[in-house]
Amino acid sequence: MQWRNVTVFLAGKCLRMATLLTALCLLSFFLLRLSPIDPVQAYVGADMLQVGPEQRARIAEYWGLDKPPVEQFLHWASAVVRGDFGTSMIFRRPVLSVIGERFGASLFLMGAAWLLSGLVGFTLGVIAGMRRDTWVDRMIKWYCCTLASTPTFWLGLLVLTVFAVWLGWFPVGMGVPAGLLAHEVTLGDRLHHLVLPVLTLSVLGVANVALHTREKLIDVLASDYVLFARARGEAGMTLFWRHGFRNVVLPALTLQFASFSELFGGAVLAEQVFSYPGLGQTIVEAGLRGDVPLLLGVVLFSALFVFSGNLIADLLYRIVDPRIREGAGV
Amino acid sequence: MNGSQFDMAAERPGRPLTGGICQPGFHRRHRMAGMVLLSALLLAGIVAGGILLGDSRVATHLDIRNAAPSLEYPFGTDWLGRDMLARTLKGLTLSLAIGLITATASVGIALVLGLMAATLGKTVDSCISWLIDLFLSLPHLVTIILISFSLGGGVKGVIVGVALTHWPSLARIIRAEILQLRSAEFVLTSRKLGRSRWWVATRHMLPHLVPQLYVGFVLLFPHAILHEAGVTFLGFGLSPQQPAIGIILSEAMRYLSAGIWWLAFFPGLSLLIMVRAFDVLGDNLRRLIDPHSAHE
Repeated sequence: MQWRNVTVFLAGKCLRMATLLTALCLLSFFLLRLSPIDPVQAYVGADMLQVGPEQRARIAEYWGLDKPPVEQFLHWASAVVRGDFGTSMIFRRPVLSVIGERFGASLFLMGAAWLLSGLVGFTLGVIAGMRRDTWVDRMIKWYCCTLASTPTFWLGLLVLTVFAVWLGWFPVGMGVPAGLLAHEVTLGDRLHHLVLPVLTLSVLGVANVALHTREKLIDVLASDYVLFARARGEAGMTLFWRHGFRNVVLPALTLQFASFSELFGGAVLAEQVFSYPGLGQTIVEAGLRGDVPLLLGVVLFSALFVFSGNLIADLLYRIVDPRIREGAGV
Repeated sequence: MNGSQFDMAAERPGRPLTGGICQPGFHRRHRMAGMVLLSALLLAGIVAGGILLGDSRVATHLDIRNAAPSLEYPFGTDWLGRDMLARTLKGLTLSLAIGLITATASVGIALVLGLMAATLGKTVDSCISWLIDLFLSLPHLVTIILISFSLGGGVKGVIVGVALTHWPSLARIIRAEILQLRSAEFVLTSRKLGRSRWWVATRHMLPHLVPQLYVGFVLLFPHAILHEAGVTFLGFGLSPQQPAIGIILSEAMRYLSAGIWWLAFFPGLSLLIMVRAFDVLGDNLRRLIDPHSAHE
């Protein structure tokens, strides 16, 4: 009974996602078509003077750019349905393989930052909530509010200046050491290059979760059952573990999953600062150099990424939370 | 947490006055008014500085290039000998203007769509909620890059991009608020008394929406400014000739490894302080004006 409900819910969500993705395909395709940046020009780039009008026409024909936009869209869309996103103009490789490779690098970065910011943010929120209106609470609140107005890329630049340029502890950017062949790069090298971007992203990601957890915990602590528990003499960590933790952890977890969109945005900026070869840097390159197929691919992929985060958040509520589970089961 | 239940009960209605500045004659409201004044002065100073400082300070002076921060050049100079303080102030003024335009536009879009969703029936409502989902399904930065790309970059691209990405959450709030208001007793009574829809909307509903719109604006503004700076930093926004914080920081990136840290440090810090000042201004002003918290 209960699982059937979850399945129905899941199917509804996926259907909605399908309509959204279709609209997104249409919208982004025609948005990009609207662009004054000429894709042939972008493709030719610096060789502008050596490419004559006939060659331009040939290139346009090769990419299918001489056909009417609707026909182009149908051509592209039917290819996408078959799993073919076309060829990236910058990398001269299939879009999907570029995205796959870059997303692998981004996944490390985003995953580590996500985990770290979640854990630290939750802990800070709990501390602030338990010690409400003390100096610890005010410090944490002030810190979180300041973080909310800090530009990600500026923090990245600061971290880079202090730890890479002045102290020299970490390399200045890039995903792997320069001048090494792919098989010579060790896991340690990769981790070494990952530390600063992860630090930047997780320092900023803390604010949201911490403030939210603090509010929730204050609500819980004001409830009647906590009042009763206090009357029985419970206090401190025991009180928190028995009555606070389970009520607070689920909203925090949901919030973390629902924040995939901000995580992606932060990663785009952080990857740019640290020249980290991830998906974020790819979309910037594709946009700046007019690589339409790659740009479309990354846009659709980021939509899928955000959607799966939101879906997990919804499912968590349905499956983990006994109140909603029971309610849905009736 | 060691407080007894009585402390908690006492805390419930409003936060107790805390801190050492609570001497007689110096109330919370005074302190808030002081903060408002201070932030307003800071913002006014930034704008005045940005407008009044002549172009001579941002002209090229090759004899003083890469000067470290000093009394004459508090933010130092860049590789062309331009005064970073003047560039930062001009950049902040531009950011402030773009932030105001985009946040206002976003609030406007949110108001119109929220209103339509709440009043024009079920079909329009589900269409708009689908539209909201569509805009929330992409990371903001990706949407802005997409829109900016399709408009060919520049100021126009950034303004349209940022304005079009920040309305969805506010539109949801406004829709919920109006739905709640429509079944409120004073609205129903007024309708029964034969008032027109227009009368009800402007006399009874709008005053309730104004605080929501204001709070929405205050919350949107920092996001708008930071996104503008971010997109410009990535290279999609304002052109390199314009004095924008994003441009300054992306140029600074090239000089970081040479140890010229002041190119990035001060402009970014100023941006942070400006956004914070606006936050403080908006939040305190709201609490001073809003009747719900005016008694504090």
